[in-house]
Amino acid sequence: MSPRLSAPNPQLNELGKIKHFLTLEGLKNHHLTEILDTAESFINPNTNEIKKVPILRGKTIMNLFFEPSTRTRTTFEIAENRLSADVASLDIATSATKKGESLLDTLWNLQAMQADMFVIRHAESGAAHFFAQHVAPHVHVLNAGDGQHAHPTQAMLDMFTIRKHKGDVFDLKVAIVGDVLHSRVVRSQIQALSILEAREIRVIGPKTLMPTHPEAMGVHYYDNIEAGLDDVDVIIMVRLQNERMSSALIPSEKEFFKLYGLTEKRLALAKPDAIVMHPGPINRGVEIESAVADGPQSVILQQVTYGIAVRMAVMAIIMSNAAQLAQHKSEQASLELEIDSELESKLDVTQKPTRSEEA
Amino acid sequence: MTELNIDANQLLNTICEKLQSRPIMQKDPKMVGIRTGGAWVAQKLHEQLNMESPLGILDISFYRDDFSKTGLNPTVKPSDIPWEIDDQHIILVDDVLFTGRTVRAALNEIFDFGRPASVTLVTLIDRKGCRELPFQVNVTGMEIECHKTIKVSGPDPLLVSLVEHSEEQA
Repeated sequence: MSPRLSAPNPQLNELGKIKHFLTLEGLKNHHLTEILDTAESFINPNTNEIKKVPILRGKTIMNLFFEPSTRTRTTFEIAENRLSADVASLDIATSATKKGESLLDTLWNLQAMQADMFVIRHAESGAAHFFAQHVAPHVHVLNAGDGQHAHPTQAMLDMFTIRKHKGDVFDLKVAIVGDVLHSRVVRSQIQALSILEAREIRVIGPKTLMPTHPEAMGVHYYDNIEAGLDDVDVIIMVRLQNERMSSALIPSEKEFFKLYGLTEKRLALAKPDAIVMHPGPINRGVEIESAVADGPQSVILQQVTYGIAVRMAVMAIIMSNAAQLAQHKSEQASLELEIDSELESKLDVTQKPTRSEEA
Repeated sequence: MTELNIDANQLLNTICEKLQSRPIMQKDPKMVGIRTGGAWVAQKLHEQLNMESPLGILDISFYRDDFSKTGLNPTVKPSDIPWEIDDQHIILVDDVLFTGRTVRAALNEIFDFGRPASVTLVTLIDRKGCRELPFQVNVTGMEIECHKTIKVSGPDPLLVSLVEHSEEQA
């Protein structure tokens, strides 16, 4: 595609590789597959252990959490430590911004502390994009959840979990049950599943928790969970986002469980080897029955472990792409220099011996 | 440029003979091959020496010293060391010892797993004269000068050929 015909994706560098990780929108299958493959290389296939590696030694990563989070923040910190980066986590909700400092001043101050990457969680949609627009060229931004917009690393760890259990996302039937309207996780999951060409994506839940036109996202809507779960390979449960609901959209949690809660009986409608996922935190007895959450088809805790490897992969790839871009630019520069000096000294005919590959 | 085939089996036999006379062979040593070429060689040696404990594989991609230049190796896979490294006598196998940088990376990774009792370095070929780090091989199949290039392909059959450049031709 000609760069003139389309606005450049702010997430990609001049070589079309990921520079910031803000959303899955606009990314290609190969970008996602590279993340999944790289994540695989961090996990010992026999023990599921994730070993510490030295590739980001000397790099500083700052976690800026403007919104509370336990799981995401902790797995990011562990992932950063396993890559040997220097890590600083800032609970911004309780710091400088409270003293009247603007977001940009905070950002520039942290950048002056030699940050190479920011991991940002914010209650406002678009916060990570805003940061990405204002950071220095060598600094990278990773979205750890912004408002109702996107949570791309969560979606990628879900894809990784599916791939681990089903071999491939391609050709699977996936049902997402619950609060689709308020969930940034679901938005990113639907994008990821579409990019990786899942056969069918279904969303299940009451109309009040759905966008006006769910079909516009390329999904099939079911208000009846029994019909929606029929013959699916993967069930993703999401919690009610009470903190993002401005009015009562469901009669009660009890009522919700009665109509949409995942029980053993309902799980039996899916394929016998279907897996049950949940991005957490789970609300037992609201969207999922304990017998299912702790049952043999549940992969909820594996998702958490895989989250470390997937976040390591995203950060490693971003830094790797930056290194390759810098190398590419310096090669271009030296090529131009060579051409210049060749023109200047046409008499010089000595040639360097070609260096061939070492075995 | 000339290309000369080398009998890989003969190199493997030479290494096995030399290894068998070493005292560590009586101490239940553990063998580790460096992916990719080193793993092929290690597989053959492991079989030929009838070693009891399973073969370990190291992928040193995350330990290379040129990440800031070349980035990640897209074919990186997890290392697989199926036993504890602590207090073990390790036989570290690679196809070619050249600059020594791969061995540096491999040793760093091994020491991240634990503290071995000893490490013996075995390579099919020692490409001498261009070392950039102070390493030397303990057991090797053959030595060549570093202006010659070696091509190793495998795993089955394991093929080794010598590529000779002469600067005058360039």
